[in-house]
Amino acid sequence: MAEEVVLLDFRPSPFGMRSRIALAEKGIKYEYKEEDLRNKSALLLQMNPVHKKIPVLIHNGKPVCESLIQVQYIDEVWHDKAPLLPSDPYQKATARFWADYVDKKIYDLGSRVWKTKGEEQATAKKEFIETLKLMEKELGDKPYFGGESLGYVDVAFIPFYSWFYAYEKCGNFSIEAECPKLIAWAKRCMQKESVAKSLPDQQKVYDFILEMKKRFGIE
Amino acid sequence: MAEEVKLLKTWSSRFGLRVVWALKLKGIPYEAIDEDLSNKSALLLQYNPVHKKIPVLVHNGNPISESLVILEYIDETWKQNPILPQDPLHRARERFWAKFSDEKLLPSVWGAFTKEGKDREEAMAATMENLKFVEEELKGKKFFSGEKIGLVDLVFGWLANLISIFEEVSGFNIVGEGYPLLSAWMQEFSELPVIKDTWPPRDKMIIKYQALYDKYHPAK
Repeated sequence: MAEEVVLLDFRPSPFGMRSRIALAEKGIKYEYKEEDLRNKSALLLQMNPVHKKIPVLIHNGKPVCESLIQVQYIDEVWHDKAPLLPSDPYQKATARFWADYVDKKIYDLGSRVWKTKGEEQATAKKEFIETLKLMEKELGDKPYFGGESLGYVDVAFIPFYSWFYAYEKCGNFSIEAECPKLIAWAKRCMQKESVAKSLPDQQKVYDFILEMKKRFGIE
Repeated sequence: MAEEVKLLKTWSSRFGLRVVWALKLKGIPYEAIDEDLSNKSALLLQYNPVHKKIPVLVHNGNPISESLVILEYIDETWKQNPILPQDPLHRARERFWAKFSDEKLLPSVWGAFTKEGKDREEAMAATMENLKFVEEELKGKKFFSGEKIGLVDLVFGWLANLISIFEEVSGFNIVGEGYPLLSAWMQEFSELPVIKDTWPPRDKMIIKYQALYDKYHPAK
C-alpha cells in the first residue's frame, strides 16, 4: 500500500519544525499543509479534537499528535534509516529526559523573553541563558547531542535556533556571547539539508514575532 | 550481574506510585527510599541535579528521572508484562494520553482544588471538558490500554485515589454521574492485585490535603 503522509503545520512553529526534520532525515515524501491558526481547518479540528493544535502528522489517514510523539513515531515506523533514538535503553532514557527538558523550559522562557519587559523580561533572560548553558554542558564535546550524528535531542532543540534572533532583538542580548559552543552546534546542524530546509529564516521569524506583538498589544 | 534497583520517591507522590506499580507489574525487586522534600537527601541531589525532584529510578547506579521517562525505561529493560504495545500508532496514542494526564488533566484538577472565585470556575470548566475526553477514550474498553492495564492506566492511576480525597476535603464533586465509564475504571483499577494495597494511607492523605486546601483557601 502506498504510504500517505500529511503534515498539518505552521511555518514558524518550532514544534512543527521537529517533525519536518524527522521526516526529512528519513527521506519520507509527504504533503505539507500550512494552517491559518486564526481559521483552523476542518481537517485539523477533526484530527486533533483534544488540543486543536499543530503539528498533526497524518499517516494513512490516522493522526499522531504532539511533536515529540510524532518524532518517536517516525523513528519507529521508518526505523531502517537515520535512527534518531539510541537503541540502548539508558541512552534512550537520557535522550528522552533532555528532550523533555527542552519542552519544559525553552519555549516558555523564550516566550517570556519576547512577550515581557523590564524586570519580568530580565528574569526571563537570566533563566533562559541558564537553561541554554545547561544544554551546552550536556552537549559537552560531542558534535551533536546524539553523538556523532543528529539525534532525538538535536531534533527537539534545533528548531528554537530559528527563534534566537527574535529573542536577541526583543531581549537586547547576544546568545552567542553567552553560549558560543551552543551556537557552534546550531550552525553544525544547519549544515544538514534536513535541518536547513525545515527551519524558516531567522529574520522571517522576527517579523512574525513583531506582528504577534502588535496584534496582542505588547510593546 | 545482580540487578540493583532503587526508587527515590515520597510516601504520597502520585508520580512515584506509578513507578511502584510498573515495578510490581513486572515483578522487579527494588529498594524504596522515601524522601523528605523539605530536606532533600544528598543522594537525590546527586541523582537528579537538574530538577531535584522525585521519582528517580536508579538501575545499577544509573539514575533516570521524570516518571514517564522512567516508565518507558522499565518497559524497555524488563520485557515481561509489557506496559506499551508494539504497534507504533498504538504507542503514539498511549504517549498522547500520558501527556494529557500530566499536562492538561492534573493541572485543571489541581486548579479546581486550589483556586478561588472565577479562576476556580474556569479550572472546573477545563476539568469537565478534559474528563469528557477521558470518558470518550474509555468507550468499548475495560482499561485505557484494552483488556489489561498499560501505560495510560498507570499514568491516569492518580485519578482513582486523589479525586475522592479532593472531593472529601473540598466538599465539591469532581467526577460525578456524568462519567460512568471513568467511575467504573477507577473502581476496576483500584481492585487490581498490583494496585490494591499500594495507596498511601488515606488518613494521612486527608490531613495533608486538608492542610494544603486551608492554605489556598484561608478563612476570611
